Amino acid sequence: MKLQISSRLAIYALLELAADPQRQMSVAEIGEKYGVSSHHLAKVMHTLGRAGLVRSIRGVGGGYSFSGNARRTTLLDVITLFEEISGPDGATANSTDAEWALDQVLNEIDDIARATLGSITIATMLKQMTRRKRAAGARNAAEA
Amino acid sequence: MGETQGSILNPANPQITIRRVREADLDHVVALDERVTGLAKPEYWHDIFDRYTKRRVGERFFLVAEPAGEGADLPLLGFIVGEVRAWEFGSRPCGWIFAFSVEPDTRQQGIGERLFEAISDEFRAIGINTMRTMVERKNQLHMAFFRSEGMVAGPYIQLEKDLDD
Repeated sequence: MKLQISSRLAIYALLELAADPQRQMSVAEIGEKYGVSSHHLAKVMHTLGRAGLVRSIRGVGGGYSFSGNARRTTLLDVITLFEEISGPDGATANSTDAEWALDQVLNEIDDIARATLGSITIATMLKQMTRRKRAAGARNAAEA
Repeated sequence: MGETQGSILNPANPQITIRRVREADLDHVVALDERVTGLAKPEYWHDIFDRYTKRRVGERFFLVAEPAGEGADLPLLGFIVGEVRAWEFGSRPCGWIFAFSVEPDTRQQGIGERLFEAISDEFRAIGINTMRTMVERKNQLHMAFFRSEGMVAGPYIQLEKDLDD
């Protein structure tokens, strides 16, 4: 499954900010870390702000901080701000048997994708990232 | 796992005890399951109790969470049931969780997590290092909970057929 770049950037930015809700990051800082232009990211942050997931802080040292609920915001919530995760057009009474059969398969895949994205919260993603760091730390300690 | 509607525990430090089920808990298990699912299944739970407390008890776990201390409003806050299954579908021995419930009014207080950790510890202690469960795709509550505990899609896909088709 592929996600549009805006959806990916939005998830990366939310994970950066939600990891420490006290933290403020500028668009330039986030953009630099993920190798994207501030122009593109600014639009993404604006959309996240309108959805109440980030708060913009003006002035020197300003930027964005996380203002959502990490345990309640799912990947699907974020992605659907930027793109539609919809199924195929849907077979109609006029569809051929072949169109209907292919639709069944694509719907099955989409259902699983939606259920997966709708069950993973920002908090769960942060936990997963922490587990990876911990595992890497343990590996390094074992090698030392 | 759903909105908290009032609290009988201190969220920062829920005083609960996790232990093996006892016969006296069964009515509370049936009642909690009925509150959550809308279906009373006393015969099912009595059968589960018999099987999980009398046979292969070293690899079958029926755990309950109860409030620690006197004077709690609710006798039981949740339960989790699982067992080791081996070689079904060609799988190596693995711990299966097949029943899990937390009192709706006490969710978001770490009770589900304590039950999950407790059964994980039981499986680990007998050398089992994989745990599985099955969640209805539309049950976002349970799906999100198990995901938050680190569970991910496993190597099997469940298939079914409508025999009336």
